[in-house]
Amino acid sequence: MEITQTDVEKVAQLARLAVSAAEKETFAKQLTQILGHVDTLSRYDTTGIEPTATVMGHVNVFREDLVRPSLSSEQALANAPEREVDGFVVPKILEER
Amino acid sequence: MSLHKLTLCELQKQFQAGEVTATEIVRAYFLRIGHVEPKVKAFVTQAKESAFMEAEVLDRKLKGWRKTQPLTGMPLAIKDNICTDGVSTTCSSRMLQNFVPPYDATVIAKVRAQEYILLGKTNLDEFAMGSSTENSAFGPSRNPWNLHCVPGGSSGGSAAAVAAEECVAALGSDTGGSIRQPAAFCGVVGLKPTYGRVSRYGLVAFASSLDQIGPITRDVSDSAFLLQAIAGHDPMDSTSVDRPVPDYMKALQKRDLKTVKVGVPVEFFAEGLDPDVEQSVRAAIGELKQLGAEIKEIRLPRTDAAVAVYYVIATAEASSNLARFDGVKFGFRAKETKDLLDLYMKSRQEGFGPEVKRRIMLGTYVLSAGYYDAYYGKAQAVRTLVCQDFDAAFKEVDLIVTPATPTPAFKLGEKSEDPLQMYLSDIFTISVNLAGLPAIALPCGFGKEGLPIGLQLIGRAFEEETILRAAHAYEQSTQWHLKKPTIR
Repeated sequence: MEITQTDVEKVAQLARLAVSAAEKETFAKQLTQILGHVDTLSRYDTTGIEPTATVMGHVNVFREDLVRPSLSSEQALANAPEREVDGFVVPKILEER
Repeated sequence: MSLHKLTLCELQKQFQAGEVTATEIVRAYFLRIGHVEPKVKAFVTQAKESAFMEAEVLDRKLKGWRKTQPLTGMPLAIKDNICTDGVSTTCSSRMLQNFVPPYDATVIAKVRAQEYILLGKTNLDEFAMGSSTENSAFGPSRNPWNLHCVPGGSSGGSAAAVAAEECVAALGSDTGGSIRQPAAFCGVVGLKPTYGRVSRYGLVAFASSLDQIGPITRDVSDSAFLLQAIAGHDPMDSTSVDRPVPDYMKALQKRDLKTVKVGVPVEFFAEGLDPDVEQSVRAAIGELKQLGAEIKEIRLPRTDAAVAVYYVIATAEASSNLARFDGVKFGFRAKETKDLLDLYMKSRQEGFGPEVKRRIMLGTYVLSAGYYDAYYGKAQAVRTLVCQDFDAAFKEVDLIVTPATPTPAFKLGEKSEDPLQMYLSDIFTISVNLAGLPAIALPCGFGKEGLPIGLQLIGRAFEEETILRAAHAYEQSTQWHLKKPTIR
């Protein structure tokens, strides 16, 4: 299947990834090539075959809901690109009326 | 003999006997690193200061009362996608260049509890995505056997560090061959444990249903020894499996392979296999037979589907796992953005390298509305078929022997422009991850250009003992592992 630059733009938006004009061109070409290889899977008849999401057959793993030691807010904020007192700083989300 | 020449088991014995101090060990290793690291470039971060400090503390403590753990004083290198409390963990990405984890991965907590010494964090393809370390944001590592060749990837720094004797052993991670392929390229031993055998807590997630941490070592005994230290259930990783951990060193005591049935899958000896690799692996199969194994031809008919299945499933999982890197709580943040969406999009554009972006794009595409069933659903169903091939094979044989890679190490730059060719070089290792099985790569010869060739032994789930036993018997009778590179 041919991946167009418009497809790339759409997917990049979904992935929250800004792409340059050059990247659009390269990705369109490369994704077309890689998906071309993936299309060879249609050779395999998978009617009635259960999909495998994980191999060990885990279903739900539960644990007791207990209070345990956790990171302090200082530790949690230590890697923040921008912080203010006890919070992460992001650009303004709500517009003023 | 210089300390850096000793294997983990040898060094451990000397240390436990009090014949050498932790400080002497650390000094020997940083001397070695000083000599060869400018050429090999295995490390992203060297932990020289803390290593000397830890060694001094250990030596002082042991003067009083000599109580030791199996790894006390042992100098390890750790792949830089495994979180180390207080020591930067970059994933060889601009995104995490300044990230200092506030906690230890479970494997690190385990080796720390055994008083290991961290020598440094090793280079990888960015976020473990690649087969050569050329995708590292900090430049590629080199193959100690030939500095113009790649060390393999993504755990290329770990494998190169072990081969260049810059650490006694290392940890790597393996999603589609990222421990075994670099081990094969560098002439060392790499073990990918069964999915769930080793905790993934604190391993920066790439593809959660495939990732597994494992040892990269100089020989098979060291592999068993280090696996012992990191294996086991962990409540912090809900996919880790609660089963007793056997005594892996004990599995090495049997020196023959009588009663062991070994399968040779015809699909792994098809076109594209380098003649030197084929010859060495065929000779190795002959050696296994000499050791008493019964050799049987088997079929894994869906082998050629593995790469396609992998690049759908791994990228789908990666696109989800890497959504957390948004420039808000940690990691890289783009400057001068106009709103929150712009901040997400630019931070990710500037923070990730080309291969990571390509995989995020591919993963997002195969999960997107309209394509989910055709790609992701289809790949998951074919994954089941790949698993069924192994199930059927393991009814007939106890282990499967294959080449670890189709060719020896390739040259830097040789495949970096063609992602699909790079992906196809993982063809022999990928299906093992899809089925969650344990597998080991170990040296079995050299090609005409003097580059190492790797043998792969694949076992049933949780039967690490069988592959370690066979690998050890083979190693003892052939001694390929004793050859060392001259770094120039």
